[in-house]
Amino acid sequence: MSAAIRVASFISLMLVSMQSWAEYQLDLRPGVTSFSQGAYGIHTMVMWICVGIGIIVFGAMIYSIIMHRKSRGAVAAKFDDNLTVELIWTVVPFIILAFMAVPATKVLLAMEDTSNSDMSIKVTGYQWKWHYDYLGEDISFFSNLTTPIEEIQNKATKNEHYLLEVDNAVVVPVNKKVRLLLTGNDVIHSWWVPAFAVKKDAIPGYINEAWFKTDKIGTYRGQCAELCGTNHGFMPIVVKVVSESDYAAWVSGQKQQAVAAAESATKTWTKDELMEHGKTVYTTSCVACHQASGEGIPNVFPALKGSAIATGDVAKHIDIVVHGKTGTAMQAFGPQLNDADLAALITYERNAWGNNTGDMVQPADIKAAR
Amino acid sequence: MSAVIEEHHDDHHDHKPTGIGRWLFSTNHKDIGTMYLWFSFIMFFVGGTLALVIRAELFEPGLQFVEPELFNQMTTLHGLIMVFGVIMPSFVGLANWMVPMMIGAPDMALPRMNNWSFWLLPGAFGLLIASLIMSLMGMGSAPNFGWTFYAPLSTTYGPASTDFFIFSVHMMGISSIMGAINIIATIINMRAPGMTYMKMPIFVWTWFITAYLLIAVMPVLAGVVTMMLTDRNFGTSFFSAAGGGDPVLFQHVFWFFGHPEVYIMILPSFGIISQIVPTFSRKKIFGYSSMVYATSSIAFLSFIVWAHHMFTTGMPVATELFFMYATMLIAVPTGVKVFNWVSTMWRGSLTFETPMLFAIAFIFLFTIGGFTGLMLSIVPADFQYQDTYFVVAHFHYVLVTGALYGIFAAVYFWLPKWTGNMYDEKLGKIHFWVSTISVNVLFFPMHFLGLAGMPRRIPDYSLQFAEFNAIASVGAFVFGFSQLILLYNIIKTIRGKSTVKATAQVWEGAEGLEWTLPSPAPFHSFTTPPTFK
Repeated sequence: MSAAIRVASFISLMLVSMQSWAEYQLDLRPGVTSFSQGAYGIHTMVMWICVGIGIIVFGAMIYSIIMHRKSRGAVAAKFDDNLTVELIWTVVPFIILAFMAVPATKVLLAMEDTSNSDMSIKVTGYQWKWHYDYLGEDISFFSNLTTPIEEIQNKATKNEHYLLEVDNAVVVPVNKKVRLLLTGNDVIHSWWVPAFAVKKDAIPGYINEAWFKTDKIGTYRGQCAELCGTNHGFMPIVVKVVSESDYAAWVSGQKQQAVAAAESATKTWTKDELMEHGKTVYTTSCVACHQASGEGIPNVFPALKGSAIATGDVAKHIDIVVHGKTGTAMQAFGPQLNDADLAALITYERNAWGNNTGDMVQPADIKAAR
Repeated sequence: MSAVIEEHHDDHHDHKPTGIGRWLFSTNHKDIGTMYLWFSFIMFFVGGTLALVIRAELFEPGLQFVEPELFNQMTTLHGLIMVFGVIMPSFVGLANWMVPMMIGAPDMALPRMNNWSFWLLPGAFGLLIASLIMSLMGMGSAPNFGWTFYAPLSTTYGPASTDFFIFSVHMMGISSIMGAINIIATIINMRAPGMTYMKMPIFVWTWFITAYLLIAVMPVLAGVVTMMLTDRNFGTSFFSAAGGGDPVLFQHVFWFFGHPEVYIMILPSFGIISQIVPTFSRKKIFGYSSMVYATSSIAFLSFIVWAHHMFTTGMPVATELFFMYATMLIAVPTGVKVFNWVSTMWRGSLTFETPMLFAIAFIFLFTIGGFTGLMLSIVPADFQYQDTYFVVAHFHYVLVTGALYGIFAAVYFWLPKWTGNMYDEKLGKIHFWVSTISVNVLFFPMHFLGLAGMPRRIPDYSLQFAEFNAIASVGAFVFGFSQLILLYNIIKTIRGKSTVKATAQVWEGAEGLEWTLPSPAPFHSFTTPPTFK
């Protein structure tokens, strides 16, 4: 209903004032990298050439439709070929195409030149999240969608960055040439940030290269662009371009977090701590398939609630979470999560939704099972 | 036994077999053509229903009607049904009906094979649709990897029903290849005396070339699905990097089929438009021989441009440049065709019956799809368009307002010849105007969505895309339901109670052998070869 009202108001607004179009994007944006502006320039040029040709061709047709109609008494002419005009409209398009090809080639060559980069980030597509590994920096993390399920299911008002928000954004310094090395862990994904004009497939078994460099500090959002399964629409990309000093601060913050995480893996947790942390991990890593209710999706993703694995032998439960189950969508979470995350997660799964096994799993158990 | 008796009666026109056997065992090009056309019309409503589910879900942000898993099954089956179940069989149906009549032949060259090519289709689509029905009943998932079924999503990660899909594609492929062989055999061997190649109607020419494309690429499609079959079930690793295979190989093989397939879906419509525009302009087609050469060039180029679907897969720069230049070249012969149609109308004596309206809309809207196609060929810009709604807008302009509009035009154009009755012109015009306005409301905003950054194949989207999605959905429902007008009009014409009887000529400007036969056309077309000037 609200959408109907919105459409109605949108259309009436449109009629009242063309200025309202400014709010809705009709065209590509120039973006913030040199080649996104190059791509925008070529897009605009080709589009206007097409509009020009369209005006000539459609104009001739419309003229003909109006003037050469039988009801006006038009009598059909006899001609059915003319070598001269046929040659002209074969040769002239070649010239126009060559005119387009030259700048297109130039921009493409610049885009594909990944040499002399200042830093490299390895980007790995997973079903359905991105993993970033700062090469040589010892920083790596997953980036998950953070939009609450209530917003997706229309039970809460959608926020401004609905579906375009993540827990861990990629942070890069301004004015540096950032090289991306892209690969896929399971299926083909595609890393796309429109403002950078970077779209490159992340393919299992391949390492593709792309790069960007911008002088505009800001937050840039994008999405996976290659159908990669059920939650293809729910794996956004957020890149924060920050000043050099902010970047240095972020790097040291990441390193402190890594130290803290290492400490948390050796201590013994209380059950409440495990349950609380476990719920967070579950929400980011498991909910897409097994659902918040733990009931899964019948015949597609199995339920955890009351399942033989989540209420049976602990060792088997740890094994399937850490090593995955080959031939199914169940991934190996061992390489994705640390010992504390996994311990908390498994504890949560064994005690949530009425699974009340009372079991507690500690990081040390996970370490032993790896 | 009865076949022997009927053969005895062959020279008596209009002695038709009766009952269900007439259809099941038919070797008659018109009956088989009719079955092809009805089959594709039914599939059109099935595929259209799936499209409306998609548009209903996308009307507003958030998930309302279908879960993401089911949404992916909807987009997959919508694409597969529309490509393989609607556009391709309806072209074969039109070829069955019209090619023998246009070249002065009694029937198709290989009538029994003709029967088999048709009757494979209900089996193939039965399997495919069964997977969706089972999915809706809670038994696993239907194919959910898009109509392009990229590996490894469709191999290692494909649902169990993928094997149904593979078998279904094999059957469709056999059907298409046999249909193509039949059309080639008919055109080569059964033309009326005096009809040299360069005197054939353009529709016959475009189908002749299309049939060669089919024979060239359907085996490639069969190959790619067979590789999938062995990857999934027999332990091979054609497309699995873990086993030393290559996921990008899948895309190369698929698009080596897929790009010529795009022209398979448009060339017969080019032919239809080339029959209709001269008829209602009362003027010969402009540049007949350049039309034939342009069609042949498009067919040739279609084999060397496939990787333009794969610019973001990380190909070497030299490869990207080659495929960009080759793709841009297609604009030249396509432009020639459009210029020729416009020149045919130029200084003609135009009238605007429904087939002509659809043909004119085709030229306008297909050309818009052609322009966006040219834009998509430019690699740096393609990086921004690839896998967005801009691509969705592009291929729906060429396939719906291109291929499908050609089919609509053909149905209105030849329906009086098939049934002996004129269709309801007023209803035809209403169908045209409602469809043409709504189809633009449906697909034009998708250009904006794509340029603003909305990826395709997503069940939910961020808020800045809300307005244009809502508008597109409104257009979709109007366009979808307006097709019921066509259904009603066709049934009304076939029943023929309240309609005008058609003459043999039907249209004032009509030229060609099919118009020398009475309306409705007799059960067996030309039992003795006609004279052709």
